[in-house]
Amino acid sequence: MTEKEPPEPTSGESPDDPQRRDFIKQAASVCVGGAVGAVPIAAGVAVYLDPLDKEATGSQRVKVTSLDGLPDDGRPRKFSIYADKKDAWTTFPKSPVGAVYIMRTGEKALKVLNVVCPHAGCFVDYIARDDEFFCPCHDSSFKKDGNIKSAHSPSPRPLDELKYEIDESGAVWVEFMNFLAGQKEKVPV
Amino acid sequence: MKKLFDWLDDRTGYRKITKEALYEPIPGGARWRYIWGSTLTFAIAVQFITGMFLWMAYSPSAQTAWESVYYIQHEMKGGWILRGIHHWTAQAMTILLVLHLMQVLIDGAYKAPRELNFWTGLILLQLVLGLSLTGYLLPWDQKGYWATKVATNLMGLVPWVGDDLQRLVVGGSDYGHHTLTRFFALHAGVLPMGIIALIGAHIYFFRKQGIHTKKPHKKKDGMFWPDQVLMDAVACLAVLITVLVFVRMFHGAHLSAPANPAESFPARPDWYFLFLFQFLKYFEGGREILGAIIIPGAVMTFMFVMPFLGGWKLGHRFNVFFIVVLLVGAGYLTWEAMDADKRNPEYQAALVQSDKDSHRVVELARGLGIPPEGAVTLLVNDPKTQGPKLFAQNCASCHRYDGHDGLGNEPADPQSAPDLLGVGSREWLTRFLNPEHIGTTNFFGNTAFKNGQMVKWVNRKLKNHFKNESEMTDDELDDREELNQVIFAISAEAQLHYQAEVDAADFPDADDRKDLIFDSACIDCHNYEDEYEPGETDGPDLTGYGSRQWLTELISNPANPKHYGENNDRMPAFGEKQMLTEPQIGVLVSWLRQEWYEPGR
Repeated sequence: MTEKEPPEPTSGESPDDPQRRDFIKQAASVCVGGAVGAVPIAAGVAVYLDPLDKEATGSQRVKVTSLDGLPDDGRPRKFSIYADKKDAWTTFPKSPVGAVYIMRTGEKALKVLNVVCPHAGCFVDYIARDDEFFCPCHDSSFKKDGNIKSAHSPSPRPLDELKYEIDESGAVWVEFMNFLAGQKEKVPV
Repeated sequence: MKKLFDWLDDRTGYRKITKEALYEPIPGGARWRYIWGSTLTFAIAVQFITGMFLWMAYSPSAQTAWESVYYIQHEMKGGWILRGIHHWTAQAMTILLVLHLMQVLIDGAYKAPRELNFWTGLILLQLVLGLSLTGYLLPWDQKGYWATKVATNLMGLVPWVGDDLQRLVVGGSDYGHHTLTRFFALHAGVLPMGIIALIGAHIYFFRKQGIHTKKPHKKKDGMFWPDQVLMDAVACLAVLITVLVFVRMFHGAHLSAPANPAESFPARPDWYFLFLFQFLKYFEGGREILGAIIIPGAVMTFMFVMPFLGGWKLGHRFNVFFIVVLLVGAGYLTWEAMDADKRNPEYQAALVQSDKDSHRVVELARGLGIPPEGAVTLLVNDPKTQGPKLFAQNCASCHRYDGHDGLGNEPADPQSAPDLLGVGSREWLTRFLNPEHIGTTNFFGNTAFKNGQMVKWVNRKLKNHFKNESEMTDDELDDREELNQVIFAISAEAQLHYQAEVDAADFPDADDRKDLIFDSACIDCHNYEDEYEPGETDGPDLTGYGSRQWLTELISNPANPKHYGENNDRMPAFGEKQMLTEPQIGVLVSWLRQEWYEPGR
């Protein structure tokens, strides 16, 4: 490389002053250079932020079981939920989207709970011995009705209860949806 | 603040590095002719940035590549701009490469002691072309799929190792998941890494020898910063604006229909490889290796030797002459290839069809969603897309559809069977029963039924039904109305979706409608609702006439007793002879009945 020298410092205030000319050039270079660099970055960031713009999945009405399929003694039974799922570009017909616990609370009355722990999103287990729901991740514990059992339970809210309907044939339809974990309120995702 | 920078400088020495990077002296001052290297570096930077973001949304597999690119292009906010910038900057880069190379050769910047600089540049050129080639396949659309297939098949020409090489590049014996994973790894990993390393070396060699200036120097000496940098930035801005104009004009970049190995496509490489494509046409079978490998290899080898020749004045002139001839030749071949395509009606028709397909598949993906098997099945199962193709291949040698072969072309064989546009509909049956039409080529004119009972009956019995209404007597008007009712009743047998409303309105009671048919003269020769034993009548059964089942059975075997029996004219049993598969017949029937997805329907 040939010898390099920094530009000679010059002084003076006249418009033709090389230092001022240099400054304008430098400023223009930075502006134009910044602009041309910003365009591809902005285009990329906009696309990256696209998920923020997409709507929540919402709920789906799913036929899960029949009344006859539920134990009379009120013990919860776990059911997988199969529903149409759209994952970015693919539409999956009848795919597993989650699971619920269903238990009888009366002759035609049920309780439907989403199996996802509202603390951090793990699946809770029903422990028959203690007649409770227990989360194996961070030890959240819930009563059979879904309410928080112990004061030490880290979950911010009870298990998420879901709406249901029993049709004339006795089939149980569940309005299935998921909620944000870690929040005190039920926020649908 | 100054303290902080001092601290940083103390540990990194950034001031010295910045000074070295920016204060490069330029004898004779900054000039526009020195911008090409910088614009190329800028273009590569744009590709790295946009490519990285595209990567976050792209999924390389045979069932998800097209689909994810579709999602970027059509569903993600600003996705088409991002994809467009990546696509058009790639095009711009090819042009900038040529301009940079030309400037280096004409100015003599490749001569000693800058050989290494020139050689790294030549390798970079090939790496960039490698990026173009690998990138072309990634959307896994018809265009990229078929063009790349030709390119990798040519790889098989390499002596001794061709087959193995091809298998390695393709990731197996045929195109599939591993072709994409390999191409993607090359495109986003291996080649960019090579480019970064070589650009580093290229710029280092450039700075080591200093800029090669063009004499005479018209201005006093200048500095890289800010004189040349400003010029470079403005040039980059011009490149970017040009790219954005194309992005806007083409709404991003074209995405043709999903790759389909069973659906031919006129394979053409992207425009910058067209000259090679055209060049290959000059080599007959068995000698393509000359055009595909040996000659391009020799040209490249010669370019590597150029710096040694450049030392002599004559050698330099020869080098410049060589590159000019090469570019003019490539330009001519490109023009020749484009011109041949322009004058090739089959190619043009294929392009129109491909455009239709690419538009249609987006419509289907949006309306029906993409199934897990991939978007290619959307088109394969779409009656609107496949119906005309099946009709053109299997039916149009005798039948017509609105006067053409289904695809809009005039078939070579003269029409010798009915025109099937709207078959079974009220309009179609009304024309069929009109003495002015039934004997024309649009119905029975060129068939064995030309002088059959049906034509005779229509001519004899219905000649007064189709007169001008103003010339009809009241009785004739009543007869005509009666005929209309029978026609509508039979047409309702077809259960055509586009007639569903009028069918329901005219015939609220199904039995009343059936009685109209039972009471008509049709039943003298045609069976209806098991009025006769099968085969007892000559004409086709009117039960479900034109319906899905009726048409399916007819196409499967027209000589079955329910349809034409022994009287069948020339129509083959497409189903029974396995000329068409069951799903294909289904698609054809749906198309004839105009049953397909239409947005907003």
